[in-house]
Amino acid sequence: MNELYVCKVGELDDGGVRIVGEPGHRIGVMLHDGEYLAYLNRCPHQGGPACEGMRIPQVQDVIDEAGLFVGQRYDESDLHIVCPWHGYEFHIKTGEHVCNSAVRLRKYATVVREGGIYVQY
Amino acid sequence: MTATAGVFREPLRKSFDTEEHLGNAYQQALERNYEDFLIVDVDSHHYETEAFGEIARYIEDPVLRDEALYQGMARGGVTSVDGSYQEMTGRVTRYPLRRHEATPPTIHRDITLMRRWMDAMGVDMACMFPTPMLNIATCPRVEVEVALARAYNRWLCDNILSEEPRLTSMLYLPFNDPESCYRMVEEFGDRKGVIGFMVTATHYKSVQDNAFVKTYAALQERGLPLGFHAAYTWGDKSTALMNRFISVHALGFVWHNMVHMTNWLMNGMPERFPRLKTLWIESGLAWVPFLMQRLDNEFMMRSSDAPLLKRKPSDYMREMFYTSQPMEMVENKEALELTFKMMKAESQLLYSSDYPHWDMDLPSTIYDLPFLQEGQKRAILGGNAQDLFKLDPHFAPWKLERQKQRAMAARG
Ligand code: FES
Repeated sequence: MNELYVCKVGELDDGGVRIVGEPGHRIGVMLHDGEYLAYLNRCPHQGGPACEGMRIPQVQDVIDEAGLFVGQRYDESDLHIVCPWHGYEFHIKTGEHVCNSAVRLRKYATVVREGGIYVQY
Repeated sequence: MTATAGVFREPLRKSFDTEEHLGNAYQQALERNYEDFLIVDVDSHHYETEAFGEIARYIEDPVLRDEALYQGMARGGVTSVDGSYQEMTGRVTRYPLRRHEATPPTIHRDITLMRRWMDAMGVDMACMFPTPMLNIATCPRVEVEVALARAYNRWLCDNILSEEPRLTSMLYLPFNDPESCYRMVEEFGDRKGVIGFMVTATHYKSVQDNAFVKTYAALQERGLPLGFHAAYTWGDKSTALMNRFISVHALGFVWHNMVHMTNWLMNGMPERFPRLKTLWIESGLAWVPFLMQRLDNEFMMRSSDAPLLKRKPSDYMREMFYTSQPMEMVENKEALELTFKMMKAESQLLYSSDYPHWDMDLPSTIYDLPFLQEGQKRAILGGNAQDLFKLDPHFAPWKLERQKQRAMAARG
């Protein structure tokens, strides 16, 4: 197994992302809720740099008890990685597309060692 | 082993670089050896809004010129008819960040930006269209549409098409004024880089109107194709019932072209203008088999309604040309393959990206299709366009360089 040094702990803020690796094999490493997550920076749709986009929570249509549509809101507990090329959205914790879990970003393990963040591939 | 990071970048900053945004596209181009063949993108866009001051100065009427300079051409805000949220609240990052991209002062910014994305995708030549100006089709003041169309066409020919042989365009026809359409063909038909003319599909004019016959004859005479570029408008009575952009876009971009195609066929235009080639732009592909089946079925029962047709509507449709994007391709390989077959894609389909818009397609959407032979892929990606528009091929500089390197390597 290979390891790639990402950066020092503290250099990556919560919500931030670092793109590391070589052309054709770039990995996005992000810190979310205290957890380091790493995904191949290549979207399963058309190959876009999925890790370089916005983070935005799940949008919900709100239907009240009477069955009426009353508006929209964000589900802040379900943050998405949004691919900047066309907007495919993936659950940040799993890398799975929000509408089809078979469509997913390739996930890598991360380790923190002696103050450094590493991604294993 | 532990490797050091090859690059270390912090995305989501405020600058924008097309080549970086499309870095993965360039990888695809290298992996697939796109230097081996010509790629022509038949529908791409620029944001003429950035050069609108220059364009407006081409308006001859001094009063309208001042008005245009004062008001500008940007889309309206959240409440306007076309103030859509196409950009998905910034999710498609090139929309909000594009304006931060730095370009050198010596070359027109639009040429630089076009070259950058074309090179990144492996596109050699592009047919370019404006973006907000497609919507002047729905401008209630016909004279404004005509003046802006002429100003844009002059500006484009003078500043862009004359300067870069990789760039071409099918020029905008102000379809609300048939006489002006004819004059546009006469005035610009021979300009460098003009490979045809284009009607925005949201025009509320019937294509079979006798008033357009002169224009069609002029196009046919010159061997210039007529394109129908799909669009949507929230001002249409049916789309006005919709509350989501996805709805108005998914249907609007197909619906308006279906209307024109149906009129074109039922009024026998392919028989009346047998040498006039038509190109149906940005409606995707799925509507083609639908309309073929629908019209054939009705035509067999009531051919008296379309007496100029000597064959089934689908036979004529198979002789027309189509651009590929946005290609419907979510878990439907079988349907897609049949669609390609029904429309005779190997000779009638032309690759288009629609870059930089939100639903753009890369050349790999065609190149990676498992049911196409290499020759068919190359035809769709460039050969068909080269034939239809009689293009003199101009390759991207990096492709020429790579061809050279490979030839040298082969010689040892
Ligand atoms: S490539 Fe990621 S959404 Fe299309």
